[in-house]
Amino acid sequence: MTLTSRPGGRPRRRPRRDRVTEALWGYAFIAPAGLGLAVFYLWPVVRTGYFSFTEWGAFGGHTWSGLDNYHRLLSDPEVGRSLVNTLAYTALGLIAIPLAVVFAALLNRDGLRGAGIYRTLFFLPVVTMPVAVAMIWRWLYNGDYGLINHVLAQVGIDGPNWIADPDTALFALVVVGIWSSLGYNLVIFLAGMQAIPKEYYDAAAIDGAGPVRQFFRITLPLLSPTAFFVSIISVIGSLQLFDLVYVLAGSGQTARANPAFPRMETVVQLFHDRAFATNDRGYGAAIVMMLLVLIIALTALQFRLQKRWVHYG
Amino acid sequence: MGKSARFCTALLGVVLSLSVSACGGGGGSGSDDGEITLSYAVWDKNQKAVMEKLGREFSASHPGVTVKVQLTPWADYWSKLKTVATGGSAPDVFWMNGPNFQLYASNGVIRPLDKEIAADKVNLSVYPQALVDLYTYENKVYGLPKDMDTIGVWYNKKLFDAAGVKPPADDWTWADFRTAAGKLTDPAKGIYGAAAQLTSFQEYQYNTIAQAGGYVISPDGRKSGYDDPRTVEGLRFWTDLIEKNQSPDLKTMTDTAPLQLFEAGKIAMYWGGSWNAGEFSANEYTKDKVEVAPLPKGEKRATIIHGVANVVSAKTAHPKEAWQFVEFLGSKKAALALGKSGPLPAHDGTQQAWLDTYPQFRLQTFLDSLDYAVPFPVSKNTAAWNEAELTHLTKAWTGEQPVGEASAALASAMNDLLAKE
Repeated sequence: MTLTSRPGGRPRRRPRRDRVTEALWGYAFIAPAGLGLAVFYLWPVVRTGYFSFTEWGAFGGHTWSGLDNYHRLLSDPEVGRSLVNTLAYTALGLIAIPLAVVFAALLNRDGLRGAGIYRTLFFLPVVTMPVAVAMIWRWLYNGDYGLINHVLAQVGIDGPNWIADPDTALFALVVVGIWSSLGYNLVIFLAGMQAIPKEYYDAAAIDGAGPVRQFFRITLPLLSPTAFFVSIISVIGSLQLFDLVYVLAGSGQTARANPAFPRMETVVQLFHDRAFATNDRGYGAAIVMMLLVLIIALTALQFRLQKRWVHYG
Repeated sequence: MGKSARFCTALLGVVLSLSVSACGGGGGSGSDDGEITLSYAVWDKNQKAVMEKLGREFSASHPGVTVKVQLTPWADYWSKLKTVATGGSAPDVFWMNGPNFQLYASNGVIRPLDKEIAADKVNLSVYPQALVDLYTYENKVYGLPKDMDTIGVWYNKKLFDAAGVKPPADDWTWADFRTAAGKLTDPAKGIYGAAAQLTSFQEYQYNTIAQAGGYVISPDGRKSGYDDPRTVEGLRFWTDLIEKNQSPDLKTMTDTAPLQLFEAGKIAMYWGGSWNAGEFSANEYTKDKVEVAPLPKGEKRATIIHGVANVVSAKTAHPKEAWQFVEFLGSKKAALALGKSGPLPAHDGTQQAWLDTYPQFRLQTFLDSLDYAVPFPVSKNTAAWNEAELTHLTKAWTGEQPVGEASAALASAMNDLLAKE
């Protein structure tokens, strides 16, 4: 607007031709991103939606089957089970947010020595491939030879087979999930904290507020938009959990023979199994459409609830 | 509009060149200048080198044709193959196994080879009849057997000596096996007599089911045998071992595969295939401590016979060359090369090379057991009930459900699946 309006006079309308050219250039610049979005996101969503109403042969070729896949979805115990697991994982995974806030606050202290080293250490799991992370944890969790049980044995505790025991499997999964996402959340919270004006703290200190009070009265409220963003990202990420389970619980036959698998199977894993292992693509499509609806619903719910707890400075 | 028109043309050009290069990337076989590349998919990393060597030998006698070996680990092989086959870009030649064969043949994913076999006068009687039958669908042969395998008991001589147990006799029975398992188990040292592995029915359950006189699927492929009391006995053989702590429990075997436990000296008797010879000869621990005994006798003697075949994709762009390659792989020459570095070749009269490669293991056991070998149970959509087998029997293996109940539930699930075929 500043280009088209002149101080002191009426804004001069530029010729229509110029505006059209400008708009074209604008579209041209967003075209690569828009094209990518359309080809790799929108079109697959449309296709998947269509496929969810079809029945597939073992090697392609599909016929319209109406709502059959959705009927099947409702009566499939595996769908219910994987939904429960996914939601439980998502809920437990939210612990990562307060945890990240606490660590960010500790790392944000003035004059902390080696802050860079700590930040790097926390961030390392984020830049490591999830599959590599999961493979290392698989060894750590091994009931007989794993490091965790070895350490526990030193203090006389007989540790379980963490990822093969139905009682501990989900917990073990959540721990890895939190550990590997902590660094990412931490960096965002750190950025959020550093955006809070220093004067607020100075003023609070003059009024006699200690560090704890400052944290709860200044840092937390002003950090709530950041926390909102992180919670949206975390919930979506948790609902789409796949790679950790794929490596930790095993895939295909190994997974089916893992007694803890019924407690670890996630919606995306079930989708992968149906769509790619048994080539039941129509049903797989219906499963992910269900997940899409769930993600949209939970995200919308969070946006509604944000009015109650998010403060924009 | 000159400027924007030029721009739009440029944009269109970019889009077109993107889509053209995307199309060019698919398939991966051949070009116009007479050079042909055959893609060949395999799953065993131990055999990749010998397959590449055979590919080079084939090129030497077929100028202009090169073979590109694609290795996909077993865990992902079938889901990847199904996906590329669905997309119409299956490898030109690939490994096939019994449980998957009928699905691929009945859906027209692989080519029947009868015409070529007749034209080139290929003699199928050099392969075991059970394997030719395994790869025959509706009276058409779809693949030439590459290797074959039977099952035996790989046992750890060192652990047998330490426990004062005599090596298995050639005519040992289930009772002898159980006695030995009991004596060999040493909880203090974390050593188990055997491992009741759940995931490999070929090496475990199918053998004991046949030995108990039971069956997995009726000969006409219409009915499950899991509700037959003799079949249940064959399964109980394994769950008993777990209950008596003579085998690790399922959780332990999930964390650490029985093969790894055996190679760490934690399991005394490992039921395994003839294909394990390569693995055990390369392993520092097992290379001089293990030997093979025949499977113990139940109601009768039995071992499951199976073998991998080379098949040709129905959509290959080079059916002639692909067939020539399959024919070469099925030849005596190729079988001899294979026997020197991997599994037991299927071609008659080439097994000696394999025996000579691993003289330390007494591999003759596997050949002797061919006399009482039982075909691998399959139907049109084997994979569907293979999943049901695991889902239901997991409960029996953990002790959550008595083996008879789990087996009955499996029988009804399997019958439902068979009815849909």
